[in-house]
Amino acid sequence: MSLLEIRNLTVEFDTATGPFRALKGVDYTVEKGEVLAIVGESGSGKSVAMLATMGLLPDTATVKADLMTFDGRDLQNLSSKERRNVIGKDISMIFQEPIASLNPCFTVGFQIGEVLKTHLGLQGKDVRNRTIELLKAVGIPQPEKRLSSFPHQMSGGQCQRVMIAMAIACQPKLLIADEPTTALDVTIQKQILDLLINIQSKSEMGLIMITHDMGVVAETADRVVVQYNGEQMEEAGVLELFESPKHPYTKALLSALPERAEGDRLPTVGDFAQAYSKEGGVAL
Amino acid sequence: MTDTIETVSRQSTRAVLKEFWFYFSVNRGAVIGLFVFLALVLVAVFAPYLTPHDPNMQYRDVFLLPPSWMEGGHVDYLLGTDAVGRDILSRLIMGSRLSLFVGVIVVVIALTGGIILGVIAGYYGGKIDTVIMRIMDVILAFPSLLLALVLVALLGPGLINAMISIAIVLQPHFVRLTRAAVMAEREREYVVAARVAGAGPLRLMFLTILPNCTAPLIVQATLSFSNAILDAAALGFLGMGAQPPTPEWGTMLAEAREFILRAWWVVTFPGVSILITVLAINLIGDGLRDALDPKLKRS
Repeated sequence: MSLLEIRNLTVEFDTATGPFRALKGVDYTVEKGEVLAIVGESGSGKSVAMLATMGLLPDTATVKADLMTFDGRDLQNLSSKERRNVIGKDISMIFQEPIASLNPCFTVGFQIGEVLKTHLGLQGKDVRNRTIELLKAVGIPQPEKRLSSFPHQMSGGQCQRVMIAMAIACQPKLLIADEPTTALDVTIQKQILDLLINIQSKSEMGLIMITHDMGVVAETADRVVVQYNGEQMEEAGVLELFESPKHPYTKALLSALPERAEGDRLPTVGDFAQAYSKEGGVAL
Repeated sequence: MTDTIETVSRQSTRAVLKEFWFYFSVNRGAVIGLFVFLALVLVAVFAPYLTPHDPNMQYRDVFLLPPSWMEGGHVDYLLGTDAVGRDILSRLIMGSRLSLFVGVIVVVIALTGGIILGVIAGYYGGKIDTVIMRIMDVILAFPSLLLALVLVALLGPGLINAMISIAIVLQPHFVRLTRAAVMAEREREYVVAARVAGAGPLRLMFLTILPNCTAPLIVQATLSFSNAILDAAALGFLGMGAQPPTPEWGTMLAEAREFILRAWWVVTFPGVSILITVLAINLIGDGLRDALDPKLKRS
């Protein structure tokens, strides 16, 4: 049985100009201990899909799916109370902006402790000890001192480490990382990715990596879903995808990588789309 | 290990206080305001021991006696006496109790009601928001003192009823402020992150979002504190607040109205007391905002 299984997921938003389809029937499967990367450009519905899975979309959104199970439980028919027990404990998420994702009013130690108290029922000194352990695990120096720091006193990379510590606090079965490295500079990116993969392989949890960075995909993922404009273009193992992309959009995406470019000008996906539609294929 | 943790936590509490004082003391006016206010609180607490005379005692031989440093004044009556021979200093000292009491109670009532309604309106939005905000708009549409007067007229004159009506009049400001701040914070990423961590709506509203909206509320609360004192004095002046012979500053002013030209001290000292109190509290409010808002910190 797969850890997370989603079939034919559609999401529609009510907008002033009528309904807007953000997702047009996509499928995702994540096995235990697997890293799935979802790639696509801005507006391709990567984040929306994950927010829909966790039931975090605003009321204006209608979410439909043929199947949506996590660890054998149907996510669509959960009451909001049951859902709160599942998400946060068994599924957790890391966001793009590490500093904005931490509550500016509370210390780092307090915020991690809150998660431990609510979901694991830890008390008193256990909370502090476990918090320090977690901070150590994500590689924050002098964790005892950092407990009483506020988010604005820390750097972006450190905040992201705290977010990761918070996300893995309850040893979730699935971790969703929504562009975890986009707001960080390159050296920190590498450290954060290594940390994520390290934790993932140690604890055998499923990891969904949402990104638009092919480099990140190549480095981390087992399997890749390529998404464009709310539709799924291709799903393949990571080696297969990079060696022999099947869908023209994937080819376009890969050829737009600076490392693969030939000549002076870097091709864009748009160039490829034009050529493709001339050949009589589906317009991208 | 646990020992070190305890010392660290104790140190961090001390560090937070130290940091607070550092930011607060940058604002010179706020520190002055704080000391004046503390002096006022002390006076109010120890009022029965400080008053040289019984505030309601009428000395029949000394009507409208000028302050002691003026010709015809007497050292026994430091700030003079009023039209029925009561010692003004004693009445002012007792009156400080009432004024602070009014301020505290009014702000507590208005703040609690305002925060609850404002957070609900801001968090849920839609119909709930519309209903709450239109009611608040209706309250705001009345001139505030007039509405307070009407409410007191309905409830009957007296200090308690005056406080309730002032609280109702001040409440919409808190509701609006809270709602606006909550709406701004609601969509922030840390709120989404808290939802991902499994926080329920009550926890989100009051523990995640509300602490981030405190800065404007603190300023508004201190301004309302002084406003409440002013309004209570105004109601007292109009005969709808504290009833004579209660030594309330506004009521004292009302009683002294006819002697403005003949005996300036009967009006001036209660008026100056109100002025100093309100000014001190407003200064503190400003300093508190600088010190408490994490977004204004420069570290």
